Amino acid sequence: MAYEPPKQSMAGQIFDVITLLVLTIGALYIPLYLGLAGAAKVPNPITNPTWESLGQNATEQQQWAALGITDPAAANEIITARFDYSFSWTALIVMAVLVIGYFVMVVRLSDREYREVIEERFGTKRR
Amino acid sequence: MQDLASTAAGTDRIRLLRVLGPSHVWALGVGIVLVGEYMGWNFSVGKGGMIAGLMACWVAGLLYTCVAMIDSEVTSTVAAAGGQYAQAKHIVGPLMAFNVGLFLVMAYTMLEAANAITVGFLLDTVAGMQGQAGLHQQPFIVLAIMFLAWLNYRGVLATLTFNLVITAIAFIAIVALFVSVQFGASAVPLDFSAITSDPLPYGWVGIVASLHFGLWYYLGIEGTCQAAEEVRSPARSLPYGTMAGIMTLLIAATMTWYICSGLMPWEYLGQAGTPLFDAARVTGNTSLMVLLFVGTAFATLASANGCINDASRAWFSMSRDRYLPSWFGAVHPVYRTPYRAIVFLVPIALIFALGAPLDQVVTFSILSGLLGYTFMTFNMVMFRNKWPLDRIKRGYVHPFHPLPTIVLLILCSTAYFAVFLGYGTQLSAMMCFYIVASLWFHFRRYKFVRRGDQFTMPWPKPQGY
Repeated sequence: MAYEPPKQSMAGQIFDVITLLVLTIGALYIPLYLGLAGAAKVPNPITNPTWESLGQNATEQQQWAALGITDPAAANEIITARFDYSFSWTALIVMAVLVIGYFVMVVRLSDREYREVIEERFGTKRR
Repeated sequence: MQDLASTAAGTDRIRLLRVLGPSHVWALGVGIVLVGEYMGWNFSVGKGGMIAGLMACWVAGLLYTCVAMIDSEVTSTVAAAGGQYAQAKHIVGPLMAFNVGLFLVMAYTMLEAANAITVGFLLDTVAGMQGQAGLHQQPFIVLAIMFLAWLNYRGVLATLTFNLVITAIAFIAIVALFVSVQFGASAVPLDFSAITSDPLPYGWVGIVASLHFGLWYYLGIEGTCQAAEEVRSPARSLPYGTMAGIMTLLIAATMTWYICSGLMPWEYLGQAGTPLFDAARVTGNTSLMVLLFVGTAFATLASANGCINDASRAWFSMSRDRYLPSWFGAVHPVYRTPYRAIVFLVPIALIFALGAPLDQVVTFSILSGLLGYTFMTFNMVMFRNKWPLDRIKRGYVHPFHPLPTIVLLILCSTAYFAVFLGYGTQLSAMMCFYIVASLWFHFRRYKFVRRGDQFTMPWPKPQGY
């Protein structure tokens, strides 16, 4: 006999939508809002910068000027900013476990649900 | 194929209109993605330097060629609204489908937000050039999202025809800039000296790291199959439109890298908000500046437009299947569009567009796309295993299986590491979001799903079940 799902009330539907909204904003937006997530790019400005000390040749100086930046001090932070790619292997392993574990979990739980779908659609279950 | 769409919970059933041809599919794919040439891709230069940016462009091109090959085979067989979502439902199972639906919604909604941010930034830059610095960007961001949502609300044909025109103009603008600079239209010469003087500022790890934003050159091309239920001949139009889109983007991406890297110092390029428009500014040529302003505006609007189309259809499909509240599964009685899904996603796009930096929003979009590409690898293997080539007829069979799948998996793994370098916190946040959402679906939401309705293709029983 086909599975007959319960009918969801309007209140239940609203509750589910709010849950998803809270999840989306809580997990993705709040870390940004609190400054917990972001690019690990840090400026290392030099003192008394000149175009030469910032490693910019004559053509590049023309390009900066065309972009509206004629003072080397204004370009100092842009030119000297660098990402920090140092990382801990523990953090990398945790991340890998998180990603792989997520897919394993989803595929296994999906398969359990999929067998119910196939059983109902085709009538018999594999022995 | 199931070609009926319910208005609400399977009561009154109204068809989505089958009005789209190959050119619309191309426009939908390229229209969403072409903005990747106008903004965002250049952060890959910031993460690894000039050479790394080019390598990321080509490696990402290889990744997306694999995506297009795999997606064309599966989509030409599972031609239903929702694209990869419908594939996951038939091949892996409901929870995977729910996740894929969320990948699509998040990737496109974040891309829509990124587009709106760029529109605001572009107008602010132009106002500054006119001596009106300090323009408030927020009203323009809100206006862009609301206007495009309204267009989508009114109808898919008008929306995608509009996309076709503005996408073509945006593409022509890139070609015109490239050709003009080659013929000496720039007051400042092209300069690639950084290739020799500062080739890899981060070493080889910078090349890996740059793949993160290299995906942005092409992200969203798989959106072509979102409109499968509205395409006149899916088996022909979807592979044709997708492949043509990839070729278009490979050409545009390489030209974009060449012009921008030659006209701007890599340190500036690596953090620029509107790199192609900035390249036109460097030329000092007013006509090119106007053209690239128009190109940037059109590319962002076309992309946001396609994103609203795709995100709403994924949301609509999930609601129709009761993975989400069925109230969202309604089709507008006059315009025949999933209007409730369109309207609901507007505030989410606005929250991120108004409150998050561009590179963060771009990263969220990339991560959701990346999870979707990872899904495609095992989805393809399961598809061939459950229904070998002689069991069901495909509209298109991709060659060299399983090579594209293996290459895609390797490149996806590398891309996760690339995101981890510099944006690890966001990767963690995203994974936590999807894990909690999955548990919520399996233990709370799945009870509302009709089991038998999740398999609607006229296929034989899958092998192994």
